Amino acid sequence: MGQIEWAMWANEQALASGLILITGGIVATAGQFAQWYFGAYSIAAGVFICLLEYPRGKRKKGSTMERCGQKYMTAVVKLFGPLTRNYYVRAILHLLLAVPAGFLLATILGTACLAIASAIYLLAAIRGEQWTPIEPQPKERPQVGGTIKQPPSNPPPRPPAEARKKPSEEEEGAVGGPQVNPIPVTDEVV
Amino acid sequence: MGSWVVNHWFSVLFLAAWLGLNIFLFVQAFLNFEKNDKYYYTRQILGTALAVARASARCLNFNSMVILIPVCRNLLSFLRGSCSFCSRTLRKPLDHNLTFHKLVAYMICALTAIHVIAHLFNFENYSRSQQAPAGSLASALSSLSHHEKEGGSWLNPIQSPDMTVMYVTFTTIAGLTGVIITLALILIVTSATEFIRRNYFEVFWYTHHLFFVYILCLVLHGIGGIVRGQTEKSMHESHPQKCAESFQKWDNNDSGCRRPQFEGNPAESWKWILAPFILYIFERILRFCRSQQKVVITKVVKHPSKVLELQLNKHGFSMEVGQYIFVNCPSISLLEWHPFTLTSAPEEDFFSIHVRVAGDWTENLIKVFEQQHSPMPRIKVDGPFGTVSEDVFQYEVAVLIGAGIGVTPFASILKSIWYKFQREDHNLKTQKIYFYWICRETGAFAWFNDLLASLEQEMEELGKVGFLNYRLFLTGWDNNIAGHAALNFDKATDILTGLKQKTFFGRPMWDNEFSTIATAHPKSVVGVFLCGPRTLAKSLRKCCHRYSSLDPRKVQFYFNKENF
Repeated sequence: MGQIEWAMWANEQALASGLILITGGIVATAGQFAQWYFGAYSIAAGVFICLLEYPRGKRKKGSTMERCGQKYMTAVVKLFGPLTRNYYVRAILHLLLAVPAGFLLATILGTACLAIASAIYLLAAIRGEQWTPIEPQPKERPQVGGTIKQPPSNPPPRPPAEARKKPSEEEEGAVGGPQVNPIPVTDEVV
Repeated sequence: MGSWVVNHWFSVLFLAAWLGLNIFLFVQAFLNFEKNDKYYYTRQILGTALAVARASARCLNFNSMVILIPVCRNLLSFLRGSCSFCSRTLRKPLDHNLTFHKLVAYMICALTAIHVIAHLFNFENYSRSQQAPAGSLASALSSLSHHEKEGGSWLNPIQSPDMTVMYVTFTTIAGLTGVIITLALILIVTSATEFIRRNYFEVFWYTHHLFFVYILCLVLHGIGGIVRGQTEKSMHESHPQKCAESFQKWDNNDSGCRRPQFEGNPAESWKWILAPFILYIFERILRFCRSQQKVVITKVVKHPSKVLELQLNKHGFSMEVGQYIFVNCPSISLLEWHPFTLTSAPEEDFFSIHVRVAGDWTENLIKVFEQQHSPMPRIKVDGPFGTVSEDVFQYEVAVLIGAGIGVTPFASILKSIWYKFQREDHNLKTQKIYFYWICRETGAFAWFNDLLASLEQEMEELGKVGFLNYRLFLTGWDNNIAGHAALNFDKATDILTGLKQKTFFGRPMWDNEFSTIATAHPKSVVGVFLCGPRTLAKSLRKCCHRYSSLDPRKVQFYFNKENF
């Protein structure tokens, strides 16, 4: 189990918890349950958690599949620097956010899920994992004219480019200054 | 569109039946709880949320029953084997067992959400009616337990105004098991997302075993009898239609109406899931027994590109082409079983797998075998299990496409062809095989070289050069390699592989390939087999549909994808 990045699973779990908190909160608020204001809190906390957890961090090895449209949130989350990079901070944050929702039955499921996510994040932090943003790869524009090579400096018949580059291996053809054929050349067109 | 229907009619029918059953069960349960007089008084407190919760519960039972069946690999293999006389289209859905399992899982999640939300409303309503003003029907119903001498005839589980919803949830069997079961479900789902499954398989595999907790809690969930309806006797004496209005007079002995008596509904989840659960336990025992059989490692070959070949032997093991096995190595991990396609042919006296580094377990496996001085680690094997490649010889023309390590099932097929030719097996329906291998780096070709080289020779000797058409595509080429190839254009054999067939660079143009095949075989049924990435599957599927003619007598392309 050496290569497991617990933070990745914690991220999925936290995102799910956020959605559950929002759902529970909506049910409690819309149904005007007793102590429904915890439900209102739960919606706000859920939205915040979803926004925080939406951008997936970069895996240590291999390529990471981004979530659809996550680059906007990545930019925002990146701004907070060590607060969002460090998983200890996230573990404590999630634990604190989970507590108020635990007072209402409709949202207690969200509390439990978020607490589990917090525990997994703690495990990730202990193992030294960190959140690194997925940077968009700069698209390499082919430079106009960059692929145009120098026109051949020898008249035909010419040896292939490979042989031309390694003068020690060439068996025929000319190398050196332009228009100089050290070996007399005859036309070999068939 | 036409050929899609022809290919998939059975799957569509099956899904329609499953969906239809879900809808039927939901509506039936809903109407029962919404209209039945037995629940008249219950409805007075709870409203429609009662029916919604019960209907979703019924569907949850059904789906929990169904979800276990697609993962009984041995049962499915047995079905596939015993149905060999069935047409292709009937057996194909067995390949999609995992897709169906996921579909049922999504349905369970959706129904769980509905069920939980409905019960949140139910509990809230029970709580409100407990605190309702005295003199209302709700209050009368909620205080039933106070008046009865024999306990158990209550309706409202919230027995006093001080009892909170939270308290009831965690002190009743239904509430507690409900919370545990939902938590287990959420953990199973979050660890089973595609991202986690593909990259951190162990997390998925271990967490998924929480389903035992799910099933246990599901069976216990209904034991408390918290859903209450009026007893038969009480309905006979004081029918709600005539007695509900006069609830203030229930105490009076001469009103003709007595206080209603209630009883809880018995638990019914166990009735649904008992049979599939036993089937699944049987499946696990079978897997365990098979794994205990001794496996002998006859040969270990290290190939370039970090590919390890293991040749194994097990008493009583028999396989078909393209099947796969599950491998466990106790010295690496006691509980993990990983799937590998068999690369040997059934005609050989051993069976082999080629293992590539793809994560923790595979890396450790290769390391363990690299240490030559220590004793050979013990290996356990379960299987073989069948996938589509078994069908390849049933097609007149077969198009085999493997991307990278996805060529392994086809290694088995090609080897089998070689043996069948040697023994001049006339049962081969296959007249022609087109084999495409798409690979990124040249090193990965090495272990397959010998096989292709000997096949080339074999074809020449038997004078059947046209039987096997293979094309190798190198997608990770650079200028250097292309330069080399151009330089050696005139040579008879390919510089990279040493084979007569030259290596192509870049990806194949499928439209060209398919139209060539369609023109060459205008009246045949062509099976297209892919083991590779999803994007490739999409384009191949499109080509299959495009080049299949609508007339079933003309060329037909059937697409089969293997997946883990």
